[in-house]
Amino acid sequence: MVELHLPWLQLTILTPLLGALPVYVLSDRRLAQRLATLFSLASLVFGVAQWFDFRGLHQNADVYEAADRWGILGTGMGHNWFVVDPFSTLLLPLTALIFLTAILTTLRTKINRFSFAGTLCSQALVLSTFATQQPWGIVLGLSFSTVPVWLELKKRKQTTRVFSIYMALMTFLLVSGQAATSLTPESDTPWLGGFLLTAGVLLRCGIFPLHGWMADLYQRATFGTALLFATPLTGAYGVMRLVFPIAEPWALQSIALLSLFSALYAAGLAMVQSDARRFFCYLFVSHSALLLVGLEMATPIGLTGAMCVWTAIGISMHGFGLALRCVEARTGRLSLNQFHGLYKHTPFLGGMFLLTGLASIGFPGTVGFIGTELLIESVIDVYPLIGFTVVIAAAINGISVVRAYFHVFTGTVHPGTTSMTCRPKERATILLIVLLNIVGGLAPQLGVNSCYDAAIELLEHRGVSKQTQPEQRRQGMEIARIETVFPYQKDQEGM
Amino acid sequence: MTLDIVLHLLGITVVVSPGALLILLGLSRLLGIPLLESVQAHLTKASVLIGLAAAISILMIMLVTGSRHVPIEIGNWVSLDSEHFHFHFKFVFDRLSVPFVILSFVLCGTVGAFASVYLHRDPGYSRFFLFYAMFQVGMVVSAAADTIETLFLGWELVGLSSALLVAYFHDRPSPVQNGLRVWTIYRISDAAFLIAALSLHHLTGAGDFDKLMGVGHWPEGVAMVGPWPALLVGSLLLLAAAGKSGMLPFSGWLPRAMEGPTPSSAIFYGALSVHLGTYLLLRVSPLLDVSPTLRGLVIVWGLASALFGTLASRVQNDVKNALAFASLTQVGIITVEIGLGWDYVALVHMIGHACLRTLQLLRAPSVLKDFQNLENAVGGHLSGVQPGNRPAASPLQLGLYRFALERGYLDSLLYSGIVHPFLSLFRKLDRWERQWNGFLSRESVSTSTKSPVADSLEDVL
Repeated sequence: MVELHLPWLQLTILTPLLGALPVYVLSDRRLAQRLATLFSLASLVFGVAQWFDFRGLHQNADVYEAADRWGILGTGMGHNWFVVDPFSTLLLPLTALIFLTAILTTLRTKINRFSFAGTLCSQALVLSTFATQQPWGIVLGLSFSTVPVWLELKKRKQTTRVFSIYMALMTFLLVSGQAATSLTPESDTPWLGGFLLTAGVLLRCGIFPLHGWMADLYQRATFGTALLFATPLTGAYGVMRLVFPIAEPWALQSIALLSLFSALYAAGLAMVQSDARRFFCYLFVSHSALLLVGLEMATPIGLTGAMCVWTAIGISMHGFGLALRCVEARTGRLSLNQFHGLYKHTPFLGGMFLLTGLASIGFPGTVGFIGTELLIESVIDVYPLIGFTVVIAAAINGISVVRAYFHVFTGTVHPGTTSMTCRPKERATILLIVLLNIVGGLAPQLGVNSCYDAAIELLEHRGVSKQTQPEQRRQGMEIARIETVFPYQKDQEGM
Repeated sequence: MTLDIVLHLLGITVVVSPGALLILLGLSRLLGIPLLESVQAHLTKASVLIGLAAAISILMIMLVTGSRHVPIEIGNWVSLDSEHFHFHFKFVFDRLSVPFVILSFVLCGTVGAFASVYLHRDPGYSRFFLFYAMFQVGMVVSAAADTIETLFLGWELVGLSSALLVAYFHDRPSPVQNGLRVWTIYRISDAAFLIAALSLHHLTGAGDFDKLMGVGHWPEGVAMVGPWPALLVGSLLLLAAAGKSGMLPFSGWLPRAMEGPTPSSAIFYGALSVHLGTYLLLRVSPLLDVSPTLRGLVIVWGLASALFGTLASRVQNDVKNALAFASLTQVGIITVEIGLGWDYVALVHMIGHACLRTLQLLRAPSVLKDFQNLENAVGGHLSGVQPGNRPAASPLQLGLYRFALERGYLDSLLYSGIVHPFLSLFRKLDRWERQWNGFLSRESVSTSTKSPVADSLEDVL
């Protein structure tokens, strides 16, 4: 396998992990925050470097996968554990950015509660999950990434029952599912393993009816931790790597239908929430369900749309969450049953809240627009009638976002005298995310190309995986795949 | 330089000019660099004048050369060639779009000039002009769009700017609630539009109006779809148009939208935005030729809206509300004209009505004062009817009066028929969700849902 020029992947992953120890032992919280920022920033720089490196290989040598160089951590049991492809190469810097921005925007009043060491550990775990394509690596990454969150809940003296029950179930499902899949002879379809893995990753994604832990987590953990546990969308990565290659078309379509229902269900719940965190949680669930719908379409357009939405959610929903977190840090928990009228006190946050919220629903000119368009097109191609649910869910989410904006920032005159002005670090961070939202929306071709390459690669991988089936099934599957992959022609130019 | 290149440059100028204004005003707010009122007013003026000059130049060239259809190909925003997926940016200048683009610039310019004085030293001055710029981009893009995706892009910008301007006076709950109401209706309309656009993609293989309307130029194009698909797409577009233009059953938002400042009311709900729905119907009018059922539906819908508008406008006790419903009446009539196939009549009607209504709405703040001055000068009521001398109303008149006063009970019907069941269902589901989590965490619902820590700023301090 082709190697990157430097061990960028290991550097990206190890930097936050190494940084966690000194950050943990430091008693000066402000210094700890600075150190955590430094390590997280270094991880981002290495992540961006690997992206450039991989893009160079991809464009010059038509490379679709690249392993890390000088594998210290990267090799073992005859596998290259850390391998990137056109999509995961994009996910690594995006994830590093998500963690860095969360650390940067933590206010001084919150630094005693927010665990920087735990955050760096989580960052390393999430990055290692995204950097591997080995099923066991992903299973371990998904399972271990729950630990820092669980520890934080314990530290905050919150009940961990809901989180523990769901995450223990997820770990059990993933481990047993992967074990069952590994033990299934290559000539057989891993029915049981596939089912267990699917249930596990859907639980991690928060798909109905396995989503109960999400709202609980958002209510009990710090907003930053909950945000960082959800927005990188590691569950969706699990679907892509663990389920997608082995699932039968009907199974994928069933998951897609369940995800469609989840998207609508969560959109409806987001609309009626009176607590801002729960609102954000259900909005996020709705978006991640929409993303899964695209993934399960198993068409190039659908997969490309899903991956575009993925990056869009990473940027926009995270920005939206950060804006909400910044407001919460100044006012405490926000109720959406009343107006707060914060616009006059913090117009910058108001504008950013609205902009990132609109980007998350795929408003034209923002990063989510093209992804949502692609996704809706592909869904309607496969399910002409049911697919319109996506449009309805997106419409409801749009109403919810503006409703939240109006309730938080308008409707009354806030009587408080405490200054709510954004600190420079917060301002710069949120501005960066907003610019990414706008630039990504105005010039989406680069991102779309990356996602498309990854989609084709994934579909080919799925095709290869299916070739291990018995001959008769294989032929049927190939036909099904071809029909699913190339079912339509988007325009009539060639006709 | 060939004529084609000149037309291309002019076409791009038409779109870029308002876009540049939006970028400048947006960037200044994003970067926290406040612009002086005079700078904003001058930028707005320059943007409108450049765009208007370019649009008029295109019109002149078209008149001189006899050209009826000038497509401006911008290129693909996104393309996946191997999948034949293109998000196509294409504009067209024809007998429909050129008048509407010029109308948009003229009325935006008028209202911009008015607003720069009307909102002088208002704390929301720059916010107003930012939304105004967004609206102007949306209108121009919608008017000149040659693909349904491009039109949708402009359509969304118009919707967002409208809702935010209704909530302009955001220190009070009422404008904000009304803004949310307008946004909700717009989202429903947008969803219908998007579904129509996707259906169109499937039927014709592309979103280009050229392909939908066949070989002929507007309005003589012949739609390339059968009667049933035409009915499906046309009905969805009619629903989208009804939402955007405040036709039945969405008329409830029209008076609510008057909560915004007068300049925005004038340009949105009197002049341009309210006509965007009918503009859409005009753009796809060849669909009506294919489906007589759709044609009938458009006529009935327009007629019902016009009748309702005229009834409601007569009982309003607020001049802006009366004008809003009067606009609805005219929009209904324009829709009927479109349904009857009188495309040019509808276009002329639309332009005339937009200009008249802008004038009336801009005059609305001072007209009462003028009216009183006039009555003082005359020494009596101008209507000639003395209070208390009105003849007794018949039961039918009373019924109609009540119906009109309650605005056809439309808001309450929509609320009780759609909104309330929807919200009740999801509130119930939310309650069950909380109970389930309470059960798992062995906490009562009230405990499990309360904030785990008192983390308001006051507590921290």
